[in-house]
Amino acid sequence: MSIPVIEVRDVGRTFMISSGFMRPKRPLHAVNGVDLAIEPGEVMALVGESGCGKTTLARMMMGLLSPSEGEILLDGKPIAGWNRSVIARAVQPIFQDPYSSLNPRKTVGSIITLPLRVQGAAEPEGWTRRAEEMMELVGLPRRLFNAYPNQLSGGQRQRVAIARALINRPKMVICDEPTSALDVSVQSQILNLLQDLRAELGLTYLLISHNLAVVEHIATRAAVMYLGRIVEQNAAEVLFSAPRHPYTRALLASVLTPDPGLGVPDTHLGASYPNPLELPSGCTFHPRCADVMDDCSSRIPVHTTVPGGHVTCHLHQNGGGSDAGT
Amino acid sequence: MASERILEVEGLSVAIPTPSGMLHPVQNVGFHVDRGETVAIVGESGCGKSLTSLAIMDLLPLRATRSADRLVLDNTDMLRIGERQMSDIRGNRMSMIFQEPMTSLNPAYTIGDQLTEGPRRHGQSGMSEARDRAVWLLEKVGITAAANRLRQYPHQLSGGLRQRVMIAMALMCGPDLIIADEPTTALDVTIQAQILHLLAELQREFHTGLILITHDLGVVARVADRVAVMYAGQIVEEGSAHRIFTTPSHPYTRGLLDCIPIPGKTARGSHLGSIPGIVPSLIGEMPGCHFAERCRHATGRCTSRPVDLGDGLEPDHRVRCVFSPEELQP
Repeated sequence: MSIPVIEVRDVGRTFMISSGFMRPKRPLHAVNGVDLAIEPGEVMALVGESGCGKTTLARMMMGLLSPSEGEILLDGKPIAGWNRSVIARAVQPIFQDPYSSLNPRKTVGSIITLPLRVQGAAEPEGWTRRAEEMMELVGLPRRLFNAYPNQLSGGQRQRVAIARALINRPKMVICDEPTSALDVSVQSQILNLLQDLRAELGLTYLLISHNLAVVEHIATRAAVMYLGRIVEQNAAEVLFSAPRHPYTRALLASVLTPDPGLGVPDTHLGASYPNPLELPSGCTFHPRCADVMDDCSSRIPVHTTVPGGHVTCHLHQNGGGSDAGT
Repeated sequence: MASERILEVEGLSVAIPTPSGMLHPVQNVGFHVDRGETVAIVGESGCGKSLTSLAIMDLLPLRATRSADRLVLDNTDMLRIGERQMSDIRGNRMSMIFQEPMTSLNPAYTIGDQLTEGPRRHGQSGMSEARDRAVWLLEKVGITAAANRLRQYPHQLSGGLRQRVMIAMALMCGPDLIIADEPTTALDVTIQAQILHLLAELQREFHTGLILITHDLGVVARVADRVAVMYAGQIVEEGSAHRIFTTPSHPYTRGLLDCIPIPGKTARGSHLGSIPGIVPSLIGEMPGCHFAERCRHATGRCTSRPVDLGDGLEPDHRVRCVFSPEELQP
């Protein structure tokens, strides 16, 4: 097994949330004991509902937030204390909304070359050429080099964001909902482009998305997050064809494929997403779980290794979990 | 069967003056909705689907002008009535669920105030009766402890709950027709399934007509009885959901369906279909087919003269293309 491009070891992040005037702040565990290793060339997908900690985890991987617990390793080396620009050379983001992630007062050319300027890349006279090559690679016509973002369509803007992320040849690209702000026909163009670029440049992706049809299409591995923990992780074809965790099953059931006559599935997720400040006892998913058992509310499930990955659920546990309250 | 028809729209157009000329975002749109039926209008951003719904509600921006051949809501000709009568209809016989549950509720009033406003404005009931109905409807849409919720403000509710409140609000006066503009776009997939489930259930129970406006083909396929596909201001294909999704005829409809990855059908990691080019500008007149520029079947015939919605493969199926539906099948 090769060294993972990025590895997250038992990482947690706690925010202190104000609970009102003159009241003590309360901790919010946005990410809790997460282990994740992304091998070179993989497309790791991170799925879950809003507020489950996907973006917090991604921000820690980019070095924008430091973890409260645990460590993050880049190419096997812990990144704690590294300069942010060193991390940025290896890990680059593509954000959700290309309307707000590009500076409206800069030209396309200067947006794409900004990482080169920040990193102080060699031969400044070659920057324009590199930017033009990159524009060609992502399918932007060269005449747009001096255009401003407001002159571009949504799909073109997202291509600019991709070109900016790739200009420094990072190893790892973190795509945070790369297509959810785009129209269907543009979404497919961007997904095709991301696939092609991965093959051409040997990139590794972390794909954060709530669109499970997209995830299933391009991911090689997937991790399902719920309330700051990864509840199931496996190779994409295993996770999507034989989901083990009841939450994964409910998420997959809520994917609406364009099949007329099937109706809207009932996911049995009934109760709404719990307040992350007051986590349910035992297994945090038990209030919404369709297969809830007697001891789910009292015992915390532990990671159980299954072929190809792991799952955290009492249904799949042979040994006992740890007792609640420890 | 005449009373079964709730809404009839014919030749609906919207024009908005802009500095660079007249913009025609909605052009000659016609469809109808029956009681208990769900009609979906699908299309990408800028195709005019939201403006169509606003035009029906007469809520267009002031600068925009609306014209139509026919706009009838259950025997009321909405082209002939004034603003005063229109506001008697709005929220009463025809209500709307907007896309953003975060911004469509007034943050300064309680849920109860906002829910009871409709029935009181329309003189349907007094305060206590309206409150009872609000509690009943909130329970119907799956909100627990409804009586206490009436005293809460929108910021105290989550996105899913707010959208449920919006749905309850749309049902307060027992409307004949509900227009839902992207009702689940801002929500998580799990909540989306619940809200759609709820909408379908309530519609069956109250026997209202529902116009569902969305860009999500998965939602349309699962919920709609009939589908109208819009492109660049025009309806390009119209028919039963079954027809549209099993044998789409118009090249645009087919292109759209090729663009989405379908779990189990699209090979993992394969190239998805795409529609080259961009949506044309709708400023000024445009002769011929709006989709011709991006269509791989396009010929000289397509751009020379306007293309009408022609008969499709079955009586209720219509396609706007110079080729016959049989020619368009792969």
